[in-house]
Amino acid sequence: MRTTAVVIGAGQAGLAMSWWLAKRSIDHVVLERGELANSWKTERWDSLRLLTPNWQSRLPGYGYEGNDPDGFRTMPETIAFLERYATVISAPVRLHTSVTSVRHHDDGYEVIANQGTWRCDTLVIATGACNVAQVPAVAATVPTTIATLTSMQYRNPDQVEEGGVLVVGASASGTQIADELQRSGRPVTLAVGEHVRVPRVYRGRDIQWWMDAAGVLDERYDEIDDIVRARNVPSLQLAGYADRRTIDLNSLTRIGVKLVGRLAGINGGKAQFSGSLRNVCALADLKMNRLLETIDDWAAVNAISNQVAPPHRFEPTRVEASPPLLLDLTRGAIKTIIWATGFRPDYSWLEVPVVDHKGHLRHDGGVVDAPGIYLLGMQFLRRRKSSLIDGVGDDARDLSAHLASYLDRRSSAARSEQRALSR
Amino acid sequence: MADTTIEKPVNNGVNVQALLGAREALTKAPEAAQFKWRATVKWVNGTHSRSTVEGFYGLGSEQKHKTQFSFDADHPEVFASEDRGATPVELVLAGLASCLTAGVAAVAQLREIQLRSVSATLEAGMDIRGILGADSDVRNGFDGIKVTYKIDADASADDIKALVAQSQKRSAVYDIITNPTNVTVEVQ
Repeated sequence: MRTTAVVIGAGQAGLAMSWWLAKRSIDHVVLERGELANSWKTERWDSLRLLTPNWQSRLPGYGYEGNDPDGFRTMPETIAFLERYATVISAPVRLHTSVTSVRHHDDGYEVIANQGTWRCDTLVIATGACNVAQVPAVAATVPTTIATLTSMQYRNPDQVEEGGVLVVGASASGTQIADELQRSGRPVTLAVGEHVRVPRVYRGRDIQWWMDAAGVLDERYDEIDDIVRARNVPSLQLAGYADRRTIDLNSLTRIGVKLVGRLAGINGGKAQFSGSLRNVCALADLKMNRLLETIDDWAAVNAISNQVAPPHRFEPTRVEASPPLLLDLTRGAIKTIIWATGFRPDYSWLEVPVVDHKGHLRHDGGVVDAPGIYLLGMQFLRRRKSSLIDGVGDDARDLSAHLASYLDRRSSAARSEQRALSR
Repeated sequence: MADTTIEKPVNNGVNVQALLGAREALTKAPEAAQFKWRATVKWVNGTHSRSTVEGFYGLGSEQKHKTQFSFDADHPEVFASEDRGATPVELVLAGLASCLTAGVAAVAQLREIQLRSVSATLEAGMDIRGILGADSDVRNGFDGIKVTYKIDADASADDIKALVAQSQKRSAVYDIITNPTNVTVEVQ
């Protein structure tokens, strides 16, 4: 089959790109390995809600029209939202079409899938940042008596044996899973490395409202100091609880979760935790306060200070005097380890040499280092909001414009070549 | 005219451009980033020994300090020793102190913060029943280290705290102390 553009992945990124390609009259197909919004459907735990409020899922030509703009969608609601979007924009999606390889072909690409082969001029990779759970090497030394799950496999507490749980990782997934398991009666120890602390609500408004309004989410990849670091920052410690409560290390300590340092090793069945807990908490508190200062400055300059609650600061993260450095995994106190240690993308199907030694695509703001290939839906791809449902539309607009001009350049080059030949 | 000040360039004596250049170069050539640090030690007498450092490996070849440095270590008289040098555990504290302080200066330079004075005191608790073998439940090493910085600089209190936090995040000795390291000791 022949088409101008193949988009791989029918989540928010692939669908937003489809909207922009259609608007630019670029013939395309969206290939989806499973169902629409497949990762949302199959790789998330049951109680998860979006970490961004309802009003903040603006996709090209589509926004929130319900009566709960400040609420947080459940997973079924998120899936229904994306399904409606695909229908509304009539996206040319081919479901259950799993791409097994992409390679150069003439001056375009050949996309081989289980349902056929497509030849195309351009390719948009919208497969997301969270294809594979990233588990540290130390996982190989966990005693066999301990059950292990990744945050991708975790569904609900019923899946987890009664007894102690070690949750490794304190970003959005780890903190929420720790909260849920502790409340289910399973005593949780949480191994905490570097993390990003933010309050759910500040001065009466959602933190996402502030970051959106103050332009923090629009910060561009080519205007910040260290884009490599920005792209690797862990996810914000946020949860989309219906009561809008904040989840942070202090809220977890309050319900009985035990904080320990980053999991540094397992030796002779004993887990060893880093002595750096105090510092990673200090770093997170300082960083949160800098964000709150930015917000306060913005509120003052934009004269909205009188419409919101006065500025304040949150209690610093409480760390006990001597957090434990060792935990014996052979004594039965811990039954399960949950790896909430992040994800990585999977490009094993991509036979075009654009993957670097760290497994990331070489690209400049989503323009991949191979003519006509684009990347979408990754952390800080072009903007701080790039990985949010709300952020992918602007990136799709920019990259579809680049894609269109690439096609124009190619066809005008081909025309002048033809003229030269016919002379 | 409070807003008109003549900006003096921040100078903490750290060549940040060289460090940033090295970071960029070594990202592209990770093999050159592989260093080997070395020390040798000779027993003198009793608990007194002398360690020296001079050569190390890095940037793809053998390197040398400008001069050989040596460190005497011993134990104090309360340990029935002759006190001809610092105790090895004090050398560890000195290593941590110097590593964190170098980091403070480098991060301050990078963040364009002029330092006027930086000092710190370090204190580490130890129950010596561990090293005496008097109680097998007591570890040999420190039960904790407390570092207290005093910093005078052109920056807010939070910016100064952030300097110290960032310096811990990038410190080799802090990492060596806070995380386990495999140690292999052989006899030839």
